[in-house]
Amino acid sequence: MWTLFHKFGSPPWLYRLSGAILRWLLPITLLALVAGAVWGLLFTPPDFRQGNSYRIIYIHVPAAVVALAGYYVMAIAGAVSLIWRMKMADIAMRACAPIGAALTFVALVTGSIWGKPTWGTWWVWDARITSMLILFFLYLGVVALYEAYENKALAAKACAVLSLVGTVNIPIIYKSVDWWYSLHQPASIKFTGGSTIDPSMLYPLLFMISAFYCLFVCALLLNMRVEILEREQRTAWVRALATERGGS
Amino acid sequence: MKPASTAAFCFRLLRRQLVLGLRRPVELGNPLLFFAMVVALFPLGLGPAPDTLASFAPGILWIVALLSNLLTSDAVFRSDLEDGSLEQLLLAPQPLYLAALSYVFAQWLLTGFLLGLASPVFALMLGLAPAAIPALAASLLLGTAVLSLVGGIGAALTVGLKRGGMLISLLILPFYMPVLIFGSGAVQAALNGNPTGPFLAILAAFLCLSIALAPMAIAAGLRISIDT
Amino acid sequence: MVNDSAPVAVVLSASELGLERGGRELFSGINLQLTRGQLVQIEGPNGAGKTSLLRILAGLSRYGFTGQVERHVPQLFLGHQSAVKGLLTPRENLAWHVAGESSFTAAAIDAALAAVELYGYEDVPSHALSAGQHRRVNLARLYLSQAPLWLLDEPFTAIDRGGVVALEARMLAHLEQGGTVLLTSHQPVAVAYPLLRLDLTTGQLQ
Repeated sequence: MWTLFHKFGSPPWLYRLSGAILRWLLPITLLALVAGAVWGLLFTPPDFRQGNSYRIIYIHVPAAVVALAGYYVMAIAGAVSLIWRMKMADIAMRACAPIGAALTFVALVTGSIWGKPTWGTWWVWDARITSMLILFFLYLGVVALYEAYENKALAAKACAVLSLVGTVNIPIIYKSVDWWYSLHQPASIKFTGGSTIDPSMLYPLLFMISAFYCLFVCALLLNMRVEILEREQRTAWVRALATERGGS
Repeated sequence: MKPASTAAFCFRLLRRQLVLGLRRPVELGNPLLFFAMVVALFPLGLGPAPDTLASFAPGILWIVALLSNLLTSDAVFRSDLEDGSLEQLLLAPQPLYLAALSYVFAQWLLTGFLLGLASPVFALMLGLAPAAIPALAASLLLGTAVLSLVGGIGAALTVGLKRGGMLISLLILPFYMPVLIFGSGAVQAALNGNPTGPFLAILAAFLCLSIALAPMAIAAGLRISIDT
Repeated sequence: MVNDSAPVAVVLSASELGLERGGRELFSGINLQLTRGQLVQIEGPNGAGKTSLLRILAGLSRYGFTGQVERHVPQLFLGHQSAVKGLLTPRENLAWHVAGESSFTAAAIDAALAAVELYGYEDVPSHALSAGQHRRVNLARLYLSQAPLWLLDEPFTAIDRGGVVALEARMLAHLEQGGTVLLTSHQPVAVAYPLLRLDLTTGQLQ
């Protein structure tokens, strides 16, 4: 267990492992995304109230779910970086922020596109959309803080503290926003209760959520590999790798 | 010469921070002046109709309080970093948790506390119903303490950066939102004749949570900021 | 990080310290064991990492270096900045000092201020004092502190000739009482006491 933990701290080992994982995970992810999209968009029945416009949930919901989970991945990486001072945890945390921000942005845009036919306007201060917007701000805050530090080792520690503060706050923010929404809006436009969804619509959704998790892992690993190479560019193993690639 | 007890140390820090604040009375008045000026902007922007203003007053007063707290939070540790006091504080053989709490408490006494006391005047300027004024003052007194603690985290993380001013807003404003929701909710409830107790209880719960956790984050942030 | 199991004579030990800044190695392989009654000067040209090493040893720099530091006794660190608040008088600055070591009596503070030739300035707001006088307020802590280990970063900067002599005398008294002094300085240290030199480029203590 402990040796495995130490191995995770070793850049060449992680670089090779991530390469091996990506070799099969990347095609699987692409295949799953295409399959899930086709399943969700073509082979599910239309909603009796919203017609076909609801189908955007096959992008919107997975993006939102994975974006939220991504914040916790970032915070856990941050905690590891603060407690065990592991360089690879720094890199993982740093890689999470832009991916999470992008996913949150996708969720916001698709939510807004969905809102146009459903509510007749591009933007509604709905509880979920507002929470997503705040999550987007939280991600951008981490990115901004990281960029503001010149010393990147310190930047990672500062972002780790910020993301840990964020994990304590996210449930509070979500509950507050939920409560605020129920106070200010009549319940009539509340819909898509998760429990009432028909299995024929639910299964492709769950499939897409899994595919988005794979996508997140792929993006994370690819992002980390670039960062590892950049940080370790002067070490012997990266030089060996470069000459090996250059020679072949 | 006797060994310092932790309580004596915290009391000394608090006294030092308060004396430093009180020796610059003009800076003490600045947040209040800022509050008054921004309040004066709303009638200009929204129109002077008393009904409109009164209906927006809970939100306006709370947002302005939040902004003025944000602006003062930035400075909590800055002068101490510049003159080297901060590195001495971090080397002190005393719990940094309590030192951070003392700093934030002093900052709150000099800003949020005064703002809470002065808030009835601003409430009258916006035509808030007198019945809601106790709720406003009480929610501000509780809520600004939470804001100061959370703002301290942002201050600690950005104090070592040359241009921290804008950044601290980006980091901290999302965390201010629950306080805004329940603070202005309390005032709104008082306006509608509903009990304000539950709102104040939730704000008090936020305060307990942030007293327990925020100083740890502040301490961690200061250790990172000093390590240049 | 006080460790009671170590022999009493060792006040600070460091092993295999290394530091990189911006992809450039400042120093590496520094091994150091400071014992009671030692006077050590860190030597190296500008930018060699003298201040960085001192901050690592003091515990101010916690991230980004390699190696281990163990501190066994209370320490007093005086950095580049004087930690003097302009709005407070010298007396208040010392009485409410953030270093939180002990509560000093008024008499002890006055005696320390007199020792650094600030007698008569106790109640003047510090912003009315010169930079050298700020340094002196800071140096007054050397007369108040009970810490056996002193870490001094360029202590002679901005001090006049008389101040330097007084400071050297204070350091000698501290060393003779079994204290330890680790300092960086560009000036030669004129203390009638065996001086050890730590060369940052070679990592050797001589």
